[in-house]
Amino acid sequence: MIEPIFLAEAAVNGLLLGGVLALLALGLNLIFGVLDIVWVAYVDLVMLCMYLVYFLVMLYGWPVWLAGLAGVALGVALGVAVHLLIITPILSSPPINQFLATGGLLFFVQSFATFLWTTDHRSVRLALPIIEVGGMFLSFARLAAFTLSILALLGLYLFLTRTYIGTAIRAVSQDREAMALMGASPQRVYVVTSAVGGAMAGLAAALLSIQYSVHPHFGAAFGPITFMICVLGGLGNMVGAFVASFVMSEIISVGGVVWSTEMGYVIAFALFIVMMFVRPGGILARRD
Amino acid sequence: MAPRVVALAVLALLVAGPFLPMGGLRPYVLHVVIQIYIWAFIGGAWSLMGRFGLVSLGHGAFLGLGAYTTTLLWNFYGLTPWLGTPAAAALTALLALVVAYPCSRFRILGHYFALVTLAVGEVVRLLIVAERDWTGGSLGLTLRPAASDASLLAAQYADKRVFYYAALLVWLGGLWVWRRLDRSMTRSAMEAIGEDEVAAASVGIHVTRFKLAVTVLSAVLTALGGVLYAQYITYVNPETLSGIGVSLRIVFAVVLGGMYSLLGPTVGTALTVSLSEYLRVVFGVKFIGMAETIYGLLLMLFIIFLPSGIYGSLHDLLRRRRPAGAGARA
Repeated sequence: MIEPIFLAEAAVNGLLLGGVLALLALGLNLIFGVLDIVWVAYVDLVMLCMYLVYFLVMLYGWPVWLAGLAGVALGVALGVAVHLLIITPILSSPPINQFLATGGLLFFVQSFATFLWTTDHRSVRLALPIIEVGGMFLSFARLAAFTLSILALLGLYLFLTRTYIGTAIRAVSQDREAMALMGASPQRVYVVTSAVGGAMAGLAAALLSIQYSVHPHFGAAFGPITFMICVLGGLGNMVGAFVASFVMSEIISVGGVVWSTEMGYVIAFALFIVMMFVRPGGILARRD
Repeated sequence: MAPRVVALAVLALLVAGPFLPMGGLRPYVLHVVIQIYIWAFIGGAWSLMGRFGLVSLGHGAFLGLGAYTTTLLWNFYGLTPWLGTPAAAALTALLALVVAYPCSRFRILGHYFALVTLAVGEVVRLLIVAERDWTGGSLGLTLRPAASDASLLAAQYADKRVFYYAALLVWLGGLWVWRRLDRSMTRSAMEAIGEDEVAAASVGIHVTRFKLAVTVLSAVLTALGGVLYAQYITYVNPETLSGIGVSLRIVFAVVLGGMYSLLGPTVGTALTVSLSEYLRVVFGVKFIGMAETIYGLLLMLFIIFLPSGIYGSLHDLLRRRRPAGAGARA
């Protein structure tokens, strides 16, 4: 039998992981909601930003916050580049081709990273304290990452609801044709959306790089769970994706302690499949 | 020249293949061609579903389940793959039903169907890794070698020519199944379902029954391909036989070739397999990852610039050239 304290610790760690997963899922979900295209290679772009943070901190001795900002900048650049180079030509292609084009990007980024930096696991080594709360040991890095990602999500919410371009983004995600009829340029909205999605990827990369080591298959490890969260929450539904992140991260974290890491993921994926059948519109969808 | 004559000539060439003079390259060429047959067969099996809008990104699940079933039965119980294959087929059919029935019942379509199948593929991969005590986890598992170099009981042969003909037969069998389905009522029914499920149901098409039949057929054939691959390579690994990587590779090859034509999956597979072999030979072990990088780059370019696949685009071009009426589907 597992000590309750370990379960509690796993639950808290799950909560902390959920914050970062939410950042990943919301970035992807924003792009999906507006463009109706799943960026299969989204988490692989995160991985590229993680490499930048790693090299800036470990090789050039930049402070972590500055390296993190550089990661965000790279994320924005990558988001815009992917949109202009890959997504724009295939906007009206059948969904399978869109899936495969970004899937090709996944192969490309993953192998290019292997070529450049080998398959070594690299981690940013910071002397961050471990905090003890009521017998549980929590890492400061995770707490900081959680806090920052919640702040970023709040910022995203304000951006989408309080600014003109944010309102335009939400309008496109509701009705693409009507938006064009109103005289707005969808392409501009798309580019801004991809840039914001890229920025979220960069920020997630900065926060992930202080808790996980980076390697070329990082995207393969976190990619599937990120898609599942988006769909579980309802594609394009921000609040749903936020809730789903925590559901999934708790299952992975607690399941990982009770059984094994793989079984944690198996249960999470199985739950995803079952939820797809029961509530295909996402966990927060209203029944019609 | 009549298409039938061309087909027979190509077939004769393929049958004579292993005896053509190739010098020291023969084992290598045979190895590449065997892989093309097997993956083209698997791609064809995938396209049985894919062409009707049932885009599965989880065929690795069926591939892995098939390959691991026969391998584990042989390694631990000494059961010959000849009996293991029906067991693998039955298990895969069961898995296909378990996934496809609710998908059809709750009308999971498009993106959602793709993501559900993706999750299924991942579940199978993770289960293989998690059960590392007997599956060998992510290190994979080697088939227990047979007593002799050529064992019918173990279906293991050191001579590549045996596998060449076996794979050729299986590939031709796959083409036959494709053609049979293409000319059956099922095709019309599935196309109607793909267009509009409600409309199809309203004219008396049993939507669920047709979808399940096609899915089970596709899954079982994929599992057979997995068994053949495992017997040939004599090694199974969760990364190469299930999960997202291999599932995407199958889909890539098929879409690259064109999934609506008989030879599309074969053309696509021949191209992707030879491309990755060529790149591997050129770059060797000096630049690890470079071959895959170029592969990914080319795939993106192909998808962007040749959206209906290479064979499909050529086919369209030829049909447009010919006068209307004469250009019946070849």
